[in-house]
Amino acid sequence: MSRQTARGGDPRKVNGELFTLTYGALVAQLMKDYENDEEVNKQLEKMGYNIGVRIIEDFLARANSTRCNDFRDVAEQISKVAFKMYLGVTPVVSNWSPAADEFSLLLENNPLTDFVELPEGHDALIYSNILCGVLKGALEMIQMDVDVKFVQDQLKGDNITEIRLKFIKRLEDAVPVGED
Amino acid sequence: MADEVLFEFLHMELVALIHRDAVKDEKDGCIAKLESIGFRVGQSLIERFTKDCSRFKDELDTMKFICKDFWNSVYKKQIDNLRTNHQGVYVLQDNKFRFLTQMSNGKQYMEAAPKYLAFPCGLIRGALSSLGINCIVTAEVSAMPACKFQIQIQRM
Repeated sequence: MSRQTARGGDPRKVNGELFTLTYGALVAQLMKDYENDEEVNKQLEKMGYNIGVRIIEDFLARANSTRCNDFRDVAEQISKVAFKMYLGVTPVVSNWSPAADEFSLLLENNPLTDFVELPEGHDALIYSNILCGVLKGALEMIQMDVDVKFVQDQLKGDNITEIRLKFIKRLEDAVPVGED
Repeated sequence: MADEVLFEFLHMELVALIHRDAVKDEKDGCIAKLESIGFRVGQSLIERFTKDCSRFKDELDTMKFICKDFWNSVYKKQIDNLRTNHQGVYVLQDNKFRFLTQMSNGKQYMEAAPKYLAFPCGLIRGALSSLGINCIVTAEVSAMPACKFQIQIQRM
């Protein structure tokens, strides 16, 4: 037999190209359905958010991480554990603000953009905006209100892809109405 | 390499997105849309999967590739049963289809199943079309989470 079936490695991993291509087809569909880029960005973030609020459960169940003491711990967990586990890359944490409430994730290669070129006339499109949504949704589930946005993107000609996370406030557990 | 959970969530969001804005009567439109997205992905995916492959002997050989290698790369398992009438109809049975395993096994969500099978049908059709086989792919569920994909070859 000349054909090889065995694709070794971690049994929990799917083919990366499948993921990248599916995401690409999704963005293409959104661009067809919504006329302007801002609306596409919003939809992507919303989808990311929905993924984030679910994926945190999976993360906590599998990562065996301990409680984070400060935002620096959170940053470490996101880059070294979460990104590694889900996307197979480890972004560099840097550009801390003096108050240590803001940092950047620097991605040298973004798996979502592997085969991507932005068509002309779509300068406002934030192709990987789903990542912002995922981070926001996941952190919200562990009581952190965080602002997440792209500040640099290799797709737009920058040297590196940079996601900026800004801690806003700790969320208090809201007790559902009628349950005291 | 991406994690399978992430891919599963992405697919769920994709299904939800397409259905979110649609009115009730547009159900068929949603399925068609999802199928065409799958088609696109399947088309490009198969080119990457087969780049180191030797040429396929015949149609059946191609189907075997879909059942084994292709299925393995996408769903982390192989098709459990492949049947054919040797006249252009192939039935691929997956006893534990990935996108259905998160749903209850009862009859309760049977109606929701087609939504989650449109993209996979498109994947198969796209892959086969890149390999020069025109076909129609339909899916059928009789008991969750098992699923049968029927491939009907269109001869010109």
